Amino acid sequence: MSIRQATDQPGKLALEAAISLPTRREFLKRFGTGLMVWVVLRRSAGAEESEAAHPATFRPRSAGDFNAFLSIGEDGHVTCLTGKIEMGQGPITSLPQMLAEDLDVSIDDISIIMGDTELCPFDAGTWGSMTTSFFGNVWRAAAAEARSVLLEMAAETLQVPVARLTVDQGVVVDSKDPSRRVTYGQLTKGKKIERRLTVKPSLKAPGQFKIIGKPLLRRDSREKVTGTAKYAGDLRMPGMLYARVLRVPAHGAKLKHVDTSALRKIDGVVLVQQADLVAVLHELPDVADDALGKLHAEFEPSPSTLDDRTIYAHLEQAKLEPTVVAQGGDIAAGRALAVRRLDQTYLGAYVAHAAMETHAALAHVEGGKATVWASTQNPFGAREEIAQALGLPIPSVRVITPFVGGGFGGKTFNLQAVEAARLAKETGRPVQVMWTREEEFFNDTFRPAAVVKIQSGLDSAGRIAFWDYEVRFAGDRASAHLYDIAHHRTSAVGSFMEPPGFHPFPVGAWRAPGSSNNAFARESHVDQLASMAGVDPIEFRMRQQKDPRLARVLKAAADQWGWKPGKAPSGRGLGVACGADAGSYVAAIAEVEVDRTEGKIKVKRILVVQEMGLVINPAGARIQIEGGITMGLGYALSEEMHFKDGVLRETNFDSYVLPRFSWLPKIETVILDADDSPPNGGGEPAVILPGAVIANAVHDATGVRLLELPMSPARVKAALAVKGQVT
Amino acid sequence: MPDTVSFRLNGQPVRISVAPDRTLLWVLRTDLGLTGTKFGCGIVQCGACTVLVDHRAVRSCSVDVKSVQGTDVVTIEGLASDGKLHPIQEAFMAHDALQCGFCTPGMILTAYDFLRRHPNPTREEVIAGMDDNLCRCGAHVRIVDAILAAATAMRGGSPS
Ligand code: FES
Ligand code: FES
Repeated sequence: MSIRQATDQPGKLALEAAISLPTRREFLKRFGTGLMVWVVLRRSAGAEESEAAHPATFRPRSAGDFNAFLSIGEDGHVTCLTGKIEMGQGPITSLPQMLAEDLDVSIDDISIIMGDTELCPFDAGTWGSMTTSFFGNVWRAAAAEARSVLLEMAAETLQVPVARLTVDQGVVVDSKDPSRRVTYGQLTKGKKIERRLTVKPSLKAPGQFKIIGKPLLRRDSREKVTGTAKYAGDLRMPGMLYARVLRVPAHGAKLKHVDTSALRKIDGVVLVQQADLVAVLHELPDVADDALGKLHAEFEPSPSTLDDRTIYAHLEQAKLEPTVVAQGGDIAAGRALAVRRLDQTYLGAYVAHAAMETHAALAHVEGGKATVWASTQNPFGAREEIAQALGLPIPSVRVITPFVGGGFGGKTFNLQAVEAARLAKETGRPVQVMWTREEEFFNDTFRPAAVVKIQSGLDSAGRIAFWDYEVRFAGDRASAHLYDIAHHRTSAVGSFMEPPGFHPFPVGAWRAPGSSNNAFARESHVDQLASMAGVDPIEFRMRQQKDPRLARVLKAAADQWGWKPGKAPSGRGLGVACGADAGSYVAAIAEVEVDRTEGKIKVKRILVVQEMGLVINPAGARIQIEGGITMGLGYALSEEMHFKDGVLRETNFDSYVLPRFSWLPKIETVILDADDSPPNGGGEPAVILPGAVIANAVHDATGVRLLELPMSPARVKAALAVKGQVT
Repeated sequence: MPDTVSFRLNGQPVRISVAPDRTLLWVLRTDLGLTGTKFGCGIVQCGACTVLVDHRAVRSCSVDVKSVQGTDVVTIEGLASDGKLHPIQEAFMAHDALQCGFCTPGMILTAYDFLRRHPNPTREEVIAGMDDNLCRCGAHVRIVDAILAAATAMRGGSPS
């Protein structure tokens, strides 16, 4: 098997691996001779990303510890390995694009292997818009080091100083005599060169870029449009069983008794019954599913007494010490300056990740070793979870990540992989677990319901006199007020995962965790202050800020839109919002129409201006912005989990309403040029704004202020009724 | 009880011995090894499981395998012919009309049936025609662009 064929196709690699299962040593042997570069970061690659991570207990710290790896083979072909995974957000394209730039090779000569814990360097998980912004530079460093090694070798071979050499598409040329040339492949032929890099070599400056910044189409699209792309649930092994796990009907419920006698009538069914895991398995998944339905189980009811209305009191009243995130000036002095007060409370519901691919895993356990192919955005975390469940040392577990059908934070934890591994161990056969949509909704780690309380006031000049902000249980990401406010305090109670057991079911990171709640609250509030001051909302924000990056996105948005200033509510249905997330700045303007009879909000047009530093792949960045806006329409307008006594009402897409084609506004995206700043996160910032920008536009249309997400038709109608505006 | 079900699958005749009330989706994915057809919801809400039965888009999660007896079934694996991609597949690639790609097979086959019935659609018609297919990544804008471009290409125009 040639490496080149196996790469760029996680599923294919996984399938071939299923047959041959190379270990890292065997794998490296396949590279044979050539140049290999390891990059070791001084500090753990996970440190900056730990926000969403549960503590990773196993970070390799041996001499072989490295964070990025690339190899250039005798044929000049480049192979790079990363613990990151591809779930739609595009690193399968943007990471090779960076390598191509700093190595001066064609992107077509680069293969990438992702998310295999045996082969790839340790990684703390793919999230937080960190893949490009943080990890990208590590890769660029590896590429730059490789390039400089190759240049030195070329200088020797061609007998000219390095300064006289140029490189194009993997060919080193003497600039004084272009007939004298040597390829990377020729240079490395028959040699085995290893480099470990601990210092940062100098990277190309933006002015020298040939490939970075060029729009590139996805590299994985051919497999995805032909159905050959393999996801975890698509993998097959000889003798495998499909498992269906018995679930409790409510969070907190306990299995009392299960009558399995009906299974006797079904040929080939295998039952696994353990204290905390009951599953039926069969060689056909649909037969396993039918068999599960034949179990008669009795449960102790859930002790939970919370529901989707009482939850907010639970969140508001929890006696937990707030952490001050930022403060300045003197809140008491600011309060004294306020001539008009505005205090509000903003609510946001539990939201599901609802990736189109449900959690899936295929596990093979044999001879004290486990191999698990999992749909995960955290393969190294999955490895730990599985090792712990099976009582195996971590190095005896290998997790391989095929293509992942969406994650958004929901594939950080890996219960399905643990279930598959336990069942494979118990049955002695390979086992696949692929959750049904109902299981997916039940077992999700939801975006938590959250409360934001803001106290504020305007001074006699119409400026914000003070800002006292408390976010409860969303997390403090993007909670900073962004504006120029003399007397302010921002504090956080709990986080999107803390404290454990506080919510009636598991919660966790959801695309840009906390930011969408924080942006909704802050930008809704600032908008109300603008109205109170009788000032156009963009003008008010411009007057009240001193951050040039914020000013730049706001101004660009106003220009691009053709904004005509006006005090809200103007009846036009126009809203504005801005924010900062993952190091990037965004501003949005939206136009909405409100159906006063049905309570339905239709977003007609939305503009997003983003400044994200150096842009590696503008085509990919634009698509991520469009995707973020489209996805964000859901938590803004419809997505919400209802529950009572541990039972979740939404179980599938008939009850949980996702954004669909007919909701599409006209989406315009503008990415501002900022090549001289480092690349920042692009996959998440846009998703934080739909709640705020739509709420502000609805207010502009109707004069009604919505303080709770989602702005469902029922809530819109109720709010209009209070204002006497229902027609 | 197993029964014999015969149909054409991606251009080839197949005869399988199978319990006739088994769901087409699982027979395709398991017995026939065609995993390009995806499971998303199981209740006709998402379109990930869409296949073509006699050129019509059918949600394979909700029909019995016996219902395709004697028909011509095409899954995403069979849409390209002789290694040449269908114009809709080409347009999806050219417009980056996918992210995670999990909804993509169902989107493409739904679009196939839609374009068969609406060879010269407006943007609004594409949106209405695709409205029952879900995409969580938010690739919608590009999918609409791709379908419009495919329509042009299929009418013999140059794809935009
Ligand atoms: S799986 Fe068939 S429509 Fe969703
Ligand atoms: S591309 Fe991921 S669900 Fe559509």
